[in-house]
Amino acid sequence: MSDSVSIVLAHGQLAAGLVSAVEQITGMGSRFLAMSNTGMSGAELEQQLRALVEKTGAKVVFTDLPAGSCNIAAFRLLRDKDVIVVSGVNLPTLLHFVTHPQLTPEEAATEAVERGAPTLRVTLGTPRGN
Amino acid sequence: MAIELYRIDDRLIHGQVIVGWGQPMGLGFLVLVDDEVARSEWEQELYRMGVPPELDVFFASVAEATVALDKWNDDKRPGILLTSDIDTMVRLVAAKKSIRAVNLGGIHYRAGRVERLRYLYLTGDEVHALLDLERRGVDVTARDVPASRPVPLSALLEGKGEAGAA
Repeated sequence: MSDSVSIVLAHGQLAAGLVSAVEQITGMGSRFLAMSNTGMSGAELEQQLRALVEKTGAKVVFTDLPAGSCNIAAFRLLRDKDVIVVSGVNLPTLLHFVTHPQLTPEEAATEAVERGAPTLRVTLGTPRGN
Repeated sequence: MAIELYRIDDRLIHGQVIVGWGQPMGLGFLVLVDDEVARSEWEQELYRMGVPPELDVFFASVAEATVALDKWNDDKRPGILLTSDIDTMVRLVAAKKSIRAVNLGGIHYRAGRVERLRYLYLTGDEVHALLDLERRGVDVTARDVPASRPVPLSALLEGKGEAGAA
């Protein structure tokens, strides 16, 4: 993974919450910059994300909801920026990504998604009778 | 079922549309009316990329939408029609008198716009355009998501919008 930070762009306060959780678990929250879409038009969101990518040299943008405004704003950068967009981010994905700094951004993002996606699962209880 | 919501939202396709409105209404298709997007395959691909595969997305200019609207309204599935600005919706309504209600879903701040609701900022010209829509008998209501209370145009122009919001 390069020295550049990565961006987490999500609805409401989700990105800040995810980054704070990464910090609590690994002490590596500073490897991410949290950004919210609250109150922004699609055009403004793209403009601010673009400026942040240019300022930081971020190679990976994690977004939450597929087809959400965060996701679409990040996709817009793919046309002219060498960035990788991850959709449907969750905490295990960010944790795997940040704890594998020896990988390239593409390898780290791909592996993190492979590890993070299956962590979303349903577990049923097995109540016992009295 | 036909088009159940005619929405003005400068983000066009996004979470509130796909999930907030789409899930409870069992959304089957989206119509995105925008002259610029209708000319750009790249823009269309962008909007299609994250949309669930079971959801159809149709792209049209105002002129194309005017022709195709009746066909979309014959669709058995519920649909949402989106424009990114007031002017586009006004032109569509002028051509298709069957549109009786317009939803203001998100028009965000830019220079010259005044806040009416936290998700709705309007210039003086935009206010006049919306009032003109109402004079033509179109019900204009602000509502970002179904869980929030609808705010009629008259209420939000009187500054009563936030008090009326859920």
